[in-house]
Amino acid sequence: MSLAAQSIASLRKQLLSKEITPTDIVKDVLTSIEKQDPALKAYLSIDAERALADAASADISKPLGGIPIGIKDNINVKGAPCTCASKFLAENYTSPYNATCVNQLHAAGALTLGRLNMDEFAMGSSTENSAFFASRNPWDTERVPGGSSGGSASAVGGDIAIAALGSDTGGSIRQPSAFCGCVGLKPTYGRVSRYGLVAFASSLDQIGPITKTVEDAALVLNHLCGKDGRDSTSLDATVPDFTAGLGQDIKGLRFGLPKEYLVDGVDARIRSAVEAAITHIQGLGGIVEEISLPHTDVGIATYYVIAPAEASTNLSRFDGVRYGHRAENTADVLDHYLTTRAEGFGPEVKRRILLGTYVLSSGYYDAYYVKAQKARTLIRKDFDEAFKKVDIVLSPTTPELPFKLGAHSDDPLSIYLADLFTIPANLAGLPGISVPCGFVEDGGTSLPVGLQMVGRALDEVTLLRAAHAYEQSTSWHLKKPR
Amino acid sequence: MAHHIDIQHTAKLARLKLTEQEAVKYEAQLAKVLDYMETLEGHDLSGVELTAHAMPIYDVWREDVSVEGLDRAEALANAPRKTAGQFLISRVVE
Repeated sequence: MSLAAQSIASLRKQLLSKEITPTDIVKDVLTSIEKQDPALKAYLSIDAERALADAASADISKPLGGIPIGIKDNINVKGAPCTCASKFLAENYTSPYNATCVNQLHAAGALTLGRLNMDEFAMGSSTENSAFFASRNPWDTERVPGGSSGGSASAVGGDIAIAALGSDTGGSIRQPSAFCGCVGLKPTYGRVSRYGLVAFASSLDQIGPITKTVEDAALVLNHLCGKDGRDSTSLDATVPDFTAGLGQDIKGLRFGLPKEYLVDGVDARIRSAVEAAITHIQGLGGIVEEISLPHTDVGIATYYVIAPAEASTNLSRFDGVRYGHRAENTADVLDHYLTTRAEGFGPEVKRRILLGTYVLSSGYYDAYYVKAQKARTLIRKDFDEAFKKVDIVLSPTTPELPFKLGAHSDDPLSIYLADLFTIPANLAGLPGISVPCGFVEDGGTSLPVGLQMVGRALDEVTLLRAAHAYEQSTSWHLKKPR
Repeated sequence: MAHHIDIQHTAKLARLKLTEQEAVKYEAQLAKVLDYMETLEGHDLSGVELTAHAMPIYDVWREDVSVEGLDRAEALANAPRKTAGQFLISRVVE
């Protein structure tokens, strides 16, 4: 197996036993990119020279020493582009600083390699909203890799990255991970500093790893977390060793299956793969019971008020003055703003700014924004109740299989509705993980299915333990595309 | 209920210039999304407290000590227009 196709854990062993060097890994990843990326279109840019220089000076005695990690193009790495897949930042923007999580990865010995494609400003579920091009699913290049962290998932699933960072506001790590056969972890809100992540919806955004295995997710998470003076919402909580629960069994661990999630519109083949996974978890000694999350039906409406509202505020910083695109020959200062923003933003971003501005505007604030914040309380309390009975909430990650490019174009509501299972964890601030739980034959190709587990706030250790026990007793994560 | 959204007014508040075609398209798409928001009416929300964000942390302060920030050249490096060590903006007073 090529080095680019291997896990962090496996590469670290070979580095420590001197079978390979960091330069071997980086060269292999670069060669794999050269071969496969023309089909996958996962990367927006690659600084091979810098990655090779970083590999040459990598300190393998550090916990992630010599491991290259791909970065979603909305996370700042000093000296690199950070386009957010937007025309607004396509030219003449170079990050003047590192995101806190990037500093932490560097301190752990990891190096950053490549900028990964996404939906513009992380708004979307397919990468089709990238201003540059859509990335492809490694299992079928006529299909989308999911989004918004689609480039990250495509690269990891397609073995042209060892691991990658994504960001998750309503499922943007977990959904593409499910579509591409990867493991995707959204940590508890506040676990990882958002400093250096270009803000979409500040009360929902969270950075997390997309990896080939659950163990790798824990290894990367170990070097992302902690209180940061530059993000006032980062939590001052003890950061445990996230690998601590790996290898432990799940006998007696309680899993809840929300009856509200068994809705029409979930692909029957996904449902049967998830049902098989549930039986499998019971076989491992997990106790599965039906639970109720009674306010599930307002999740999507709540999210699509709150997230655009916050986005409309956050994206007001794109004014064409301090960085990014600036329109030429404008009549006055108002025209400068109107034209600069009209030229710089793509259609989905404009839609969400308009929606967010509308729900915050005079006369509509109480009708939409206040109601959504109240509904958010009810959704949060649903989980508080559920976690009195169970340790983990189970569901499919997505209701549908990876779809063909263009399948949802011009019907934004239809694509918003597919976020049903991932949104609640963001609204409630809870950690969630997607792990491969089967494959479905569709149109002559084999497509991965993701199982989502959601855990208690700050209890990623139990979440990773459960996901690892399931993963290690199946072989889904070992299957490779083509 | 079909919602009507005054799209050009909202666009001006959002500082976005829309073409006539964009306005027609977004108006129709957003009306459909706003219709869907009616699902928020499905539960009794009276007396429910608001959640602005998921974690109960308030009034976060940092130590009152100076830290290194970007220097002037770094802060200006990405500016589309600059002059005399400053950001150049459009004229706001005649």
